[in-house]
Parts: sequence; structure tokens; C-alpha cells
Amino acid sequence: MIVVVCVKQIPDPADPGALDPETRTLRRDAKLILDESDSYGVEMGLQLVDAAGEGEVRLVSMVPRGEVSGLRTALAMGAESAVLVSDEALAGSDALSTAKVLARAIQRCEPDLVLTATESSDGYTGTVPVQIAELLDLPSVTFGKEIVVTDGVATVKRQTEDGYDEIECPLPAVVSVTAGVVEPRYPSFKGIMAAKNKTVDVLDLAELGIDPGTVGWAGARQEITDIAEAPARDAGEIIVDEGDAHERILAFLDDLKVL
Amino acid sequence: MGIAKIWIYGESTDGSVATTTLELLAKARQLADTVDVVVHGDASVLAAELGDHGAASVLSIGDLGDGLPGPRIASAIAGAVAAGSGPSVVLCGTTYDGRDVAGRLSVKLDAPVITNVVDLILDGERLLGVEPVFGGTTDVTTGFTGDTAAIFLVRPKSFAAESAGGAAATVGSLEVGDLGNTAGSVVRDRFVEESSGPKLDEAAIVVSGGRGLGDADKYEMIETLAALVKGAPGASRAVVDAGWVPYSYQVGQTGKVVKPTVYLACGISGATQHLVGMKGSQNIIAINKDEEAPIFGIADLGIVGDVHKVLPRLIEALQNR
Ligand SMILES: Cc1cc2nc3c(=O)[nH]c(=O)nc-3n(C[C@H](O)[C@H](O)[C@H](O)COP(=O)(O)OP(=O)(O)OC[C@H]3O[C@@H](n4cnc5c(N)ncnc54)[C@H](O)[C@@H]3O)c2cc1C
Ligand SMILES: Cc1cc2nc3c(=O)[nH]c(=O)nc-3n(C[C@H](O)[C@H](O)[C@H](O)COP(=O)(O)OP(=O)(O)OC[C@H]3O[C@@H](n4cnc5c(N)ncnc54)[C@H](O)[C@@H]3O)c2cc1C
Repeated sequence: MIVVVCVKQIPDPADPGALDPETRTLRRDAKLILDESDSYGVEMGLQLVDAAGEGEVRLVSMVPRGEVSGLRTALAMGAESAVLVSDEALAGSDALSTAKVLARAIQRCEPDLVLTATESSDGYTGTVPVQIAELLDLPSVTFGKEIVVTDGVATVKRQTEDGYDEIECPLPAVVSVTAGVVEPRYPSFKGIMAAKNKTVDVLDLAELGIDPGTVGWAGARQEITDIAEAPARDAGEIIVDEGDAHERILAFLDDLKVL
Repeated sequence: MGIAKIWIYGESTDGSVATTTLELLAKARQLADTVDVVVHGDASVLAAELGDHGAASVLSIGDLGDGLPGPRIASAIAGAVAAGSGPSVVLCGTTYDGRDVAGRLSVKLDAPVITNVVDLILDGERLLGVEPVFGGTTDVTTGFTGDTAAIFLVRPKSFAAESAGGAAATVGSLEVGDLGNTAGSVVRDRFVEESSGPKLDEAAIVVSGGRGLGDADKYEMIETLAALVKGAPGASRAVVDAGWVPYSYQVGQTGKVVKPTVYLACGISGATQHLVGMKGSQNIIAINKDEEAPIFGIADLGIVGDVHKVLPRLIEALQNR
């Protein structure tokens, strides 16, 4: 079974970055890391291949400047190979352009199953997974908590408002995986060494057969009309608990007549 | 000036319209001449409530059977747009199914989705979406520049649902086109986790617990307190990822947006991604042992103290009332 996992390489969210006032996109100067949200998809993919007893996990990523540091982490976890798409014309891509590029790259991997996170940590539109599915004429299940594959059918527990649905989906299909549902493995020393020799195919738009005029700034059909500081909320009274703080809370609630 | 026609993807359970849909209606009816709601299943049972909130018609794509709404609703809307009878704006709530609809429709119309929107602004005949970024410290306003329908994914709780006293909506139907392989997913079973008390995003009081509780079984204090004040328990992502409570409890950027009368944050540091989900609360109380915790920057009442001391006393005092 070939499982393709889409992995986004992002600036460290602990360092939130800034919007470039010139181009109005996220500045990307620092080293990129594997989006933690995608580590769950990688782990899920590896487990599914293990359960199937055959096959492999292939990675697909779109990133500026051919960055591979985040991909190496996923390869060290156990993924077999990666397709990386990088092209200057991709700067300024919206989620739909991103999905068009990823869909083409995914096609080259001939997957039985495509995994993504439900949303990335930096752009978090949450639309890329379903856009990929629609572009590839595939069924999809979003917000997957658990996946079991038997005889070419994926059975997915899909998170709902008050529980979960059990959904059956014929393969090939796209499933997005929610954060925290599996324990991503730490790359072993052996894994890290092996990752250095794994194949990363770096492709540009021409090699994927995508017209640069349809993606990136050229293909964008969104424009930012304003960037403003959000109104801040002021702090109120702060007290140190001397054993009576609960009374202050009760008085506060009583004043509001909410009890 | 304004938008001629807005369509809303309408969600409902057991004949009752979802609050998110009513919130979208409340805003859309101020922006457009005509607002219609696209649903699946029996439209007639929803017509009165939707009309009351300002919908002109409710258009059903028919019964879903065991299928998922995403591909079918998207196909029906795209079909209408292609035929010239569609809207110029489509609004979906940022919900499990709303995202599916928006993503599929985006490809069918070859139009990007403006996502995570918390406000909609009229700019002549165009609609702009306001999206908070960097944990809600910056607002980015975005407009669609293409020549098909603009698609917006709007976060729940962005607008207040309010009756407009309108007559029942006209009932109509929409045709679903060829779905190819996209509609293969079928729902085999539904599991509902038991919960009592109000829903997290509808409760007047939300009591949330974070990593400062120290231990999974200490979360019980949050549940007990929430029950005593007839509120809902919530959580930070740290404790959701640790497996103490299900994802449905999570408040924040990747969880729910809540705007209760009172939000009580217990052992939560106040990371920007958490704040973006709760700083619209009318009143915020925070208990944290670290006086430097960022949560105090937005709290109306801040208690520098130990949750293991304050919460048991608060619970006892409420039980004695
Ligand atoms: C603050 C901010 C707001 C934005 N708002 C919008 C908006 O409203 N509409 C819009 O169309 N675009 C928007 N963008 C641009 C959008 O984030 C980028 O186009 C991005 O490349 C793809 O979207 P995402 O990260 O939001 O994807 P999501 O749909 O959130 O990603 C889900 C999953 O898809 C996979 N995936 C996504 N991108 C890649 C990738 N490059 N490589 C490999 N796998 C990937 C990953 O598994 C990821 O976890 C915004 C960007 C920023 C920084
Ligand atoms: C892309 C992205 C999305 C995210 N989305 C979300 C989201 O939706 N929701 C969310 O919550 N987070 C989200 N996060 C995570 C967020 O950044 C924080 O890591 C998280 O909110 C921290 O949770 P916490 O406050 O419970 O834990 P911590 O930050 O560890 O804070 C624990 C607090 O408890 C206090 N404390 C400790 N012991 C006691 C005691 N005995 N009594 C009182 N106080 C005590 C400490 O002083 C500390 O302030 C997201 C992060 C990223 C990168």
C-alpha cells in the first residue's frame, strides 16, 4: 500500500514571525521545521503500512527555496521518499494554488491513500485537503481520528460535534488527520542517518506541467485590502489569593447575576 | 448598493437549524437583497425558522442517504452558478461539513476560499472578510478579485443570531450534478458521547482547565465546578493533546470560539492561540499561580493563586449555597 503524506515545512510557531509589509505575505527567513500537525499523518501512514505488511510512505511538500529540513525529520521517522515542489513562481500562492501543485505531485506517487493534517499551523485555512480530493476526483474524509484499511476500503472515525461518525471510504481517497490522535515516534539515530540517503525529488512547475500563470501571485484572486492591529482588551483587577479568593469570585459572579 | 444574492450553506439537526447558520443569516440579511439557504433533506421543516431569521428561500439538494454533504452541496451550488441562477457570495460556517463544502466548491468554481473570517464588510458591491492572524493581534481584510462567486468560511460566534420576524422561507430545490468518484464516503454508524449541561459554545459560563491542573484526574474539579454554575467545561490544547479530555473541549485557534458571559480560566497561561478563542467573552476570570502569566493581561478579575486551593474552596462554597 502506498500512502502519500502531505507535509508542510513551516517557520517554528514558537517564533510567530510577521507579515512582510511590502508583499503582505508571511516572512520566511528562519529555518523551517516539520509542521507538528503533519507528524500525526506521518505516524498514521507508517502504522498503516506496518499493518498492511507491505508498501511505503511517500512524502509530498511544497516549499520555497527547496528547503528540506522539515522533510528530513519525516524521512527519519520512516517515510521512504519525498517529492518536493519549489518554484519562485509559487510565492504568494493561496490554498487553492497550493492544492493544485500538491495534487499534481501526489499523482506522480500513485497513492492508495493520501493523508494530510486537518489544518496547518501557520496558514490554517483547513481547505487544502478537500481541494486536493476534488482536484483528483477522489472521495475524502476530514477530521479523521482513527483509520483502518481492509480490502481497499478505509474505515475512518471522523470527529463530530458530540462524538464521532464511522465512515467507510473506498480507496484511493484523501483523509485528513486531527492533531493528538497518535503518538508520533521520535526519529532514531539509525533513522536520522538513513534519512540522509533517501530520495528527495525536487521539481519545479515546468516539470509538473503547471502553467506558472495559474498559481502564486500571478494566479491569486485574493487581495489584502487592509492590515490593522486588533483592538486590545484591558486588564482588570489582579489580587493575590490569601485564602479568600473564592469569595471574590463568588461576589463577581453574584454581581453579574449569572448564578 | 450591496450584494444582490448571498447563499448560505445551512446546517441543522433533527429539524432545528444550527446556531452557526442563524448567525450567518443575521449578518447576510444586512448585506444582501436576497439571502437563500442551501440544505439537504426536508427543507419544509426548516422553512419557518430560516424565514424568521431572514432567509427568502430554502433550497434542498434532496436526501443525503448515508452520504456526506460536502461534494453534493458543492456540486449543486456550482451547478447553479454555472447556470447563472447562483449567488455572487457563498457563506459557510467553519464547521466539520462547512469546510468540506467550501473546499470542494472552491475547486469547482476555481476560486480561492477566504477563511477564518470573523467579520464581513461591504465595500461597494464587493464583500471583504476580516481574518485575525498572529493569535488575534492583527486583523487582515481580504477581498476576492475573480469573476465567479466569492466563498467565505466564517468562524462560529462571529455574529449574534437574531430573529428578524420574517415570513416562512419559500421551499425550492437544487440539482446535484455528476459526482464522479468524489462521493464515495458513507456513514456506517454514529457515536454520541454522553454529556449533560449546556454546549461549550452556547453556555453562559465556561470553566476551562489547563496544564496548571497538573494531572488528568484533577480535571474533575473543572467538571464539578462547571456543573455547579450550570456552565460548560472547556480546556486548553495542552490538556487536549495530553489526552485528559476530548478535542471537542478545546478552546482556541484550532478549537472552539466561545463568547460566554463569564469565562473562568484555571491554570491556563494565556497563549495567543488560546486567547483568540475566548477573548470575546464578556467577563474573564483567571486563576494562575504565576503573576506574570499573559492571561492576566485580559482578565477582569485575576487571582494569583494555586488552583488546588482556590477551586476546592470555590466548589465547597457553591455546594453550601
Ligand atoms: C495568516 C494567513 C492567512 C491565510 N489566509 C488564507 C485564506 O484565507 N485563503 C487562502 O486561500 N489562503 C490563505 N493563506 C495562504 C495559505 O495558507 C497558503 O496558500 C498555504 O500554502 C496553504 O494553505 P494552509 O497552510 O492554510 O493549508 P491547510 O488547508 O490548513 O493545510 C492542511 C494540510 O494540507 C497539507 N498542506 C498544506 N500546505 C502544504 C504544503 N505547502 N506542502 C505540503 N502539504 C501541505 C498539510 O498536510 C496541511 O497540514 C493564508 C496564509 C497566512 C499565513
Ligand atoms: C498552530 C497552533 C495552534 C494552537 N491552537 C491552540 C488552541 O486552539 N487552543 C489552545 O489552548 N492552545 C492552542 N495552541 C497551544 C498554545 O500555544 C499553548 O501551548 C497552550 O494553550 C498552553 O496550554 P496551557 O495554558 O494549559 O499550558 P501552559 O502554557 O503550560 O500553562 C500552564 C499554566 O498553569 C499555571 N500553573 C501551573 N501550576 C498551577 C497551579 N497549581 N495553580 C495555578 N496555576 C498553575 C502556570 O503558571 C502556567 O501559566 C496552539 C499552538 C499552535 C502552535
